[in-house]
Amino acid sequence: MTVTTESVRSALEQAAPERNKIESHLNPVGSFDVADHPVPTGREEIWRFSPLKRLKGLHAEAPFNPSTTSCTWNTPEGVRIEGVSGDEARSLRGISGLVPNTRFAARVLAEVPASLLVDVPADLEVAEPIVVSLDGEDASNTEAGHVAMRFGAHSKAIVVINHEGSSAMAAVVEIVVGDGADVTVVSIQDWADDAVHLAHHQARVGRDATYKHAAISFGGDVVRMDANVTYDGPGGSAELLGLYFADAGQHIEHRLFADHNAPHTKSNVVYKGALQGEGAHTVWIGNVLIRKVAEGIETYEENRNLVLTDGCRADSVPNLEIETGEIEGAGHASATARFDDEQLFYLQSRGISEKEAQRLVVHGFFNDLIRQVGVPSIEERLLSTVEAELAKNVLKDLAAFGQDD
Amino acid sequence: MSKLEITDLHVTVDTEDGPKEILKGVTLTIADGETHAIMGPNGSGKSTLAYSIAGHPKYAITGGTVTLDGQDVLAMSVDERARAGMFLAMQYPVEVPGVSVSNFLRTAKTAIDGEAPKLRTWVKDVNAALEQLNLDPSFGTRNVNEGFSGGEKKRHEIAQLELLDPKVAILDETDSGLDIDALKVVSEGVNRFRAREGKGVLLITHYTRILRYIEPDYVHVFVDGKVAESGGKELADQLEAEGYDRYLKANA
Repeated sequence: MTVTTESVRSALEQAAPERNKIESHLNPVGSFDVADHPVPTGREEIWRFSPLKRLKGLHAEAPFNPSTTSCTWNTPEGVRIEGVSGDEARSLRGISGLVPNTRFAARVLAEVPASLLVDVPADLEVAEPIVVSLDGEDASNTEAGHVAMRFGAHSKAIVVINHEGSSAMAAVVEIVVGDGADVTVVSIQDWADDAVHLAHHQARVGRDATYKHAAISFGGDVVRMDANVTYDGPGGSAELLGLYFADAGQHIEHRLFADHNAPHTKSNVVYKGALQGEGAHTVWIGNVLIRKVAEGIETYEENRNLVLTDGCRADSVPNLEIETGEIEGAGHASATARFDDEQLFYLQSRGISEKEAQRLVVHGFFNDLIRQVGVPSIEERLLSTVEAELAKNVLKDLAAFGQDD
Repeated sequence: MSKLEITDLHVTVDTEDGPKEILKGVTLTIADGETHAIMGPNGSGKSTLAYSIAGHPKYAITGGTVTLDGQDVLAMSVDERARAGMFLAMQYPVEVPGVSVSNFLRTAKTAIDGEAPKLRTWVKDVNAALEQLNLDPSFGTRNVNEGFSGGEKKRHEIAQLELLDPKVAILDETDSGLDIDALKVVSEGVNRFRAREGKGVLLITHYTRILRYIEPDYVHVFVDGKVAESGGKELADQLEAEGYDRYLKANA
């Protein structure tokens, strides 16, 4: 099994050559043994952006209590979805090739007695999205979950995991995409304001398979999600999408790692976020590693942040390490900006009010991405959630104006 | 009725060396139904005049007045100016990613009229406007100015002019960068607008070429931030023959 970690050098390391000899601290070597993962202090590269004090101990020693979060799902024909425990649950730990590189992920694999299994057999094309709804009740209850998704060769399916309500949850989601399969996994974090969510999503993409992962974060006090991809043969393609909207005091952190460990693989990363309100903080860390063996690969990653008010902070760090020059293409872009005055001027010069112009620009900013997610049944919801987020701040006056009751 | 009066307009921009005066006392009246051409060398302040009247935040008005039918334009916000009947066709229209042309046009029309246009007639009007400017109906689904060719951007500006139907249109070098076919199409659009009752046009251009298709009532030569000479369309012919050298030498 490949450990997906040795050598992604961070931009920081490149800026400080004397530290180059250190094994990567961005993606520390993994281990299933919890004892190999000391409790993070916040000085570690992979933890330095996260507000540890607000994690309710999920990163450290918090007990994983019996869950108070309800979990429901639909079961399209031919698909097996159920909670499993005992040997079957144990056999699912690490099926994605995941070797935990964080204490919480190691603890989830070691301590959580059950797994939710989503099993889509080979060649089955599931037309209807599989929706798994998690609805939390208690933000003081620290709990943990493991989800294993197995998509057989040449199957086609969409899975939406929907998080709402209150919880303090550590979660590991493992995804195995069979050869030639076409899989979309959407994770929506629409938590209540007091929720804490620490998640690791790990996917292994089969030969010539197509995998799309969309991380959509609106609600929660702290949401941190690591979304990683490795390949299980040549020709696999991964699209990692993200959309987030941070309000006052919220911390939303997305980290991703595309590990090109096979030739002729592709990764395309687009994360877009908006921030509003005092203390809104977003973090995006985009790690891409092109290993020596990964000739002829193509990768592009992009993060854009739109800062709507004062008092926000957006961290954006793309890291690209290339061990072979024999590639089709590799690139990255990162931009964090306020409203573009020229765009607003153009729209206003057509009679559109400043607020309405801002609304158009923000919707436009997210529109293409929402279309790229490509799940029609949630498109409308995402658009209206963006609208609701805007109403909190940018459009406060407009919203009041619209409510003539 | 539409009457745009610019009186002794002074405008500065901030530069690294402090504020720099660009407009040094511009006085110009565009009465009901008139078309005025402003011609001048690069850097004379023509575009500054256009953007100042439209209310671009980069420009600081330090003196003078601008009124539209007696209303104080300079006291209005950018969108209020547009709703009062001003329109600026820009030299470099701005990209607005993710916002479709049809959504943009409908939002603008709703803002200008104060109510949403009637769906059936509006779709017909938009399609007709696009077609007259040789723009494919699928143009409406594209994002505003994103990936448009230079000619498409200018034709899109004129489509907006016809659909939004302002009182006074300021065209800032709408002819620049257009080939002769596109120039004809754009000019026809401007002429359709001019044929409507009482419309004023301020046509800013570096070249006399467009004046063969859009015949101005008055021509003003703009040099060093003010009007150096005014006349009829024969002044354009004179400029065509002699260029701007005479004014620049006098200025130096």
